[in-house]
Amino acid sequence: MSDYKLIGHNYITPDLVAKVTGQAKYAEDVRADGMLVCRLLGSPMPHARVRRIDASAALAMPGVRAILTADDLPVPPVAAAPSPPPAPGTSPAPAARSGAAGEGGRRGQRAIAVDEHGQPIGGAAPTPAAAAPAGTLVKAEAALTMEPLYEGEPILAIAAVDEPTAVAAIERIAIDFEPLPFVVDPLEGLRPGSPNARREGNVLLQGNRIVELKWTDADFAAAALGQLPAGAVPDGDAWSFGDVDAGFTDAALVVDESFVIPTTSHIPLEPRSAMAYWQNGKLYMHCSTQSLAQSVPAIARYCGISPSQVVLISPYTGGAFGGKNPAYLHVAIPALLAKKTGQPVMMKITRDDEMNIGRSRPGMIGRAKVGFAKDGRITAIDLFVVSDGGPYGRGDHGSGARLASVLYQPKAMRFRGVGVLTNTVPRGSQRGPGMQIAPAMELVISKAARTLGIDQVAIHRINAPAGKAPVGPPQRDGSRRYVTSAFVKEALDKGADLFGWHERKAASGTRHGSKVRGVGVAVGTYSAGSVGYDGLLTIEPDGKLYIQSGCGHLGTNSVFDTTRAAAEALDMPWDKVVITQGDSTRNLPWSCSQGGSQTAHAHTRANWAAGLDAKRKLQEIAAKDLGGRAEDYTVGGERVYRTGAPGRGLTFAQAAKRAIDLGGAYDGHELPSEINAMTKASATALAGRGLMGVAKDTFKHDGDTMSFVAGFAEVEVDVETGEFAVVDYTAVVDVGTVLHPRNCQGQTYGGSLLGMAHAIGHRWVYDRHYGLALARRFYHSKPPSLLDAPRFQWAAVNLPDPETPVGVRGVGEPPVGAAYGAVVNALVDALGDDAFRRTPVMADSVLASFEAGGKPARGALAFHV
Amino acid sequence: MAVIRGSMPSFELFQPTSVDAALALIGRHGAAARILGGGLDTFDALQDRVVQPAALVDLGGIAELQGIREVGGGLEIGAMTTLAEIARHPIVQSQFAVLARAAGAVGSPQIRNQGTLGGNVSQSTRCWYYRSGWTCYRAGGNSCFADTPTAVNREHAIFDLDRCVAVNPSDTAPALVALDAQMVVRSSRGERVVAAEDYFLGPDIDITRMTILDAGDLLTAIRVPATWAGAHFQFEKVRDRKVWDFPLVNIATAMKMSNGIIRDIRLVVNAVAARPRRLHEVENAVRGKPRDAATATLAGELAIKGAQPLRHNTYKVALTRNLVQRAIRG
Ligand SMILES: Cc1cc2nc3c(=O)[nH]c(=O)nc-3n(C[C@H](O)[C@H](O)[C@H](O)COP(=O)(O)OP(=O)(O)OC[C@H]3O[C@@H](n4cnc5c(N)ncnc54)[C@H](O)[C@@H]3O)c2cc1C
Repeated sequence: MSDYKLIGHNYITPDLVAKVTGQAKYAEDVRADGMLVCRLLGSPMPHARVRRIDASAALAMPGVRAILTADDLPVPPVAAAPSPPPAPGTSPAPAARSGAAGEGGRRGQRAIAVDEHGQPIGGAAPTPAAAAPAGTLVKAEAALTMEPLYEGEPILAIAAVDEPTAVAAIERIAIDFEPLPFVVDPLEGLRPGSPNARREGNVLLQGNRIVELKWTDADFAAAALGQLPAGAVPDGDAWSFGDVDAGFTDAALVVDESFVIPTTSHIPLEPRSAMAYWQNGKLYMHCSTQSLAQSVPAIARYCGISPSQVVLISPYTGGAFGGKNPAYLHVAIPALLAKKTGQPVMMKITRDDEMNIGRSRPGMIGRAKVGFAKDGRITAIDLFVVSDGGPYGRGDHGSGARLASVLYQPKAMRFRGVGVLTNTVPRGSQRGPGMQIAPAMELVISKAARTLGIDQVAIHRINAPAGKAPVGPPQRDGSRRYVTSAFVKEALDKGADLFGWHERKAASGTRHGSKVRGVGVAVGTYSAGSVGYDGLLTIEPDGKLYIQSGCGHLGTNSVFDTTRAAAEALDMPWDKVVITQGDSTRNLPWSCSQGGSQTAHAHTRANWAAGLDAKRKLQEIAAKDLGGRAEDYTVGGERVYRTGAPGRGLTFAQAAKRAIDLGGAYDGHELPSEINAMTKASATALAGRGLMGVAKDTFKHDGDTMSFVAGFAEVEVDVETGEFAVVDYTAVVDVGTVLHPRNCQGQTYGGSLLGMAHAIGHRWVYDRHYGLALARRFYHSKPPSLLDAPRFQWAAVNLPDPETPVGVRGVGEPPVGAAYGAVVNALVDALGDDAFRRTPVMADSVLASFEAGGKPARGALAFHV
Repeated sequence: MAVIRGSMPSFELFQPTSVDAALALIGRHGAAARILGGGLDTFDALQDRVVQPAALVDLGGIAELQGIREVGGGLEIGAMTTLAEIARHPIVQSQFAVLARAAGAVGSPQIRNQGTLGGNVSQSTRCWYYRSGWTCYRAGGNSCFADTPTAVNREHAIFDLDRCVAVNPSDTAPALVALDAQMVVRSSRGERVVAAEDYFLGPDIDITRMTILDAGDLLTAIRVPATWAGAHFQFEKVRDRKVWDFPLVNIATAMKMSNGIIRDIRLVVNAVAARPRRLHEVENAVRGKPRDAATATLAGELAIKGAQPLRHNTYKVALTRNLVQRAIRG
């Protein structure tokens, strides 16, 4: 790996100057002649039916051009035919579902199955298709609705010549609502006789079916104060492996605790504004998105048109965190208004709108009962989770259980979960969905460590996954899937050193004035790669390497970083590389959905494949012109030459010209059959420009690619005020070969801070009587600020993953859970085992626990407070 | 009619260059006018369309409202002086450090560069029910949504609850009360000078406003007398985030000591009631006592006498007690 000239080295990404000088244009910066502005009207109630809309006064105002309501939306074509969950072992679901071209999602590839948010589908082995599916089939979430299911859900949009006119017009609209019953707390929604969030029921199953599920009074009565009751769960949300009962019987210690985890909004700094116009039958869409190639079919679906009618321009995205993948369904609003008016339409999304329609991470209550042997080895886990699905979701409990199963390598595990619908903001995958199980598990593990007299690092080490460690529920044949590789022990050892774990631990717990410190460690994980995507590049007669990147530019820079694999394969100096991205008309290849930290892995592979394809073609051309066999030629220094005789060769510029002369596969006039239709169309358009490298990633791959992070935190708590700070944080990442160190570090810091946010302050607050959101502004919802960030240290294990050619795995999501868990453990270390049973931990809960002698506010399992 | 947020309403903007011109404008428009200082309290209320004034009178162009002048050992601070300027002013720092620290603890650097002292003491509450446009007492309605069995009121009042349970969120207000500052208020009827302690109103006096300012009133200056120059000062603010955050509770102390004995003291906490709470009883009890743990304990217990916590803010009682103890203990 040390031989690489590009991989593993820092460089300046090509977007830097535009970003720091403000030249970079985001969707809301775009202007067009005659552009109208549209604004949304959201529901003032948590659940209602719109009986009548009277917009006559609004539409009569000068400057008001059009109104859009749910009636104007395309009927979703797939509502009646929900796709079954892909079988484990298939390629990423997004490709298969998105409709652009199925080849990206061909069966037979071993990869982690992920849904369209990049979330691994880690449910139980599918139950054999037998009885008719239960429940009522419902429509999926739409951009506008006549039955709002949460406060702020958009009911209509008005387009006008400018924003003040649109807003003034909306204020003149009269709507007659019929208020409907609502619920904001999932646990409340399980109580007998409680209202359902939706008329059809309170639990969403796979395939958009809704059932009603209520627990009994006896279920609630059976739970001890402060413990999550364990009532019935839907069939698909339960699995187990190993002998769980024996695991508990044999355990030296069993710890059983319930923990409340907050819902947190994604709050990308760029809200989901979008500008659309039509030209020549095509929709031109400027919006922000996590994934470029994958958003084209998605936008087509949202707007009821075909992918070939969509032109997507999205060179920059100001943050997404899982909430804009692929794009977002509200793009249909400006698109359809533009069609209606014949004018370009900018949909302006305010922060308030974004808090509503932008996504949020599902809150949870997790109850973890864990058995430990004397040495700390986990003998059994019994995990029960209720997640808050919001109005349209299923929650993250399945993913959380899957992560727990790999992180702690239990010998036996049982999982039960249920996602309950609530009339609160819609949930979606947020960076590391499911990672929020971390505090529920970590609290139990660090408590066990203290009880058994084992060091926190040691207890994580003894339970750490290593090598091809098993992951997730059993499959149909009873076997379990496994990861491609895991070097967690190495990460823990390196981190303990770097952080100075033992010295800090020795000092923890000692009081300095009113201050006390605590230390904590935790391991985080997430999926970190998929396979089977395409790479596309040309070496042109100017001697340069042109790499097409179909990835979205969501701020992670994987859109650029992954292209370095192609340049590396060709030994091409970086200053001769030109990257094209951000615009679907610019001949981009089919690319992965940028969720699930797939991109770094998927596209180093795809680019490596394209690079190797070009390299082979260079060698073949040289052999044709200069004699000998292709294998006799070396590619390097922008030339292809006879091995051992550097004088006998062609420059890349000459080879590019020869490729054009030769035609056929050399310049892209003949294409491999296995590439995706989008790649094929792009390659066809580029044919004849030079020597083409084009290939689908068919490299071998055995296991589920996952990355790991060991996080170490130190907190300092003022016991008189309850204020605390995370003073130090060290993260050591096991992400295979480090692709771009500075970026890897940046991703680790950002992901860690997001994880900490859940521990130290970020929250959603609802008034449950009215069902309305209170924490609408940042000073209410309190995501951490710059000054809340600790001193960070970063290092990488930097051992290549054996199941991918350049050894790279993804890094975006695994840091989140590690930081969340480590900070929770540090707080417990400082405050005591029983100081809290929910996050965020804030001054009030710290003080309250001190006042009560270290006891948590027991019996308070409420959400959103 | 439908409610939409996040958009500036239309208004007429006036930018007078003298106090007299400003007074004429606000006199002319009466209750339809709103005074604009730094705008940090005003703009989000406007954006939420909770207030829709016909006229906005921007004080930014009035030179006589700017700056800090020395007057007889004390200071006269123009109402439009920014919090950043106050926080870094050498005399404020050396003689009235409690004010420098309070101003320096406000929000964030951006907020301090833009926010003014006049605006900071005249700002409205941040009660999230009120600010979100709920029709509560303070907004002219007839209930308080923050004081119901399901209300989330972690950031609300523990003292002087009277229908409304909102708190005053200002960091500089308690410091000015501790310094016995005088507020200079002008209107077309003339000038009056009011002690900082009397500038703020609780819901018992007027539930719809937080200061004595009436339509047509302009706060022109804040006078800090020499009385407490160079005293022992403390300012402490407890908040959830280290920046961009209002106080959960803050405390400002001015103390005169000799031979370890507290000779005189003014002690003020804020964010526990609708107005900064001067702890007269504590002041009286500790005057003449040594600055030690016993005095601190006594002060802490006295400080929370009569507290009436709501469902989610019991912690503020302990917090107030501990902050008072710390202020006395040093
Ligand atoms: C995110 C955020 C965080 C904040 N955090 C804090 C904090 O931690 N601590 C804190 O103390 N404050 C905080 N603030 C408030 C901020 O510090 C401002 O000081 C305050 O909002 C008002 O100051 P301003 O100059 O912007 O006044 P404006 O918003 O312009 O005015 C505020 C009010 O005072 C009136 N007014 C202004 N000047 C005069 C005058 N001369 N005469 C008569 N009436 C006048 C206005 O009409 C208005 O009603 C925060 C604000 C924000 C937005």
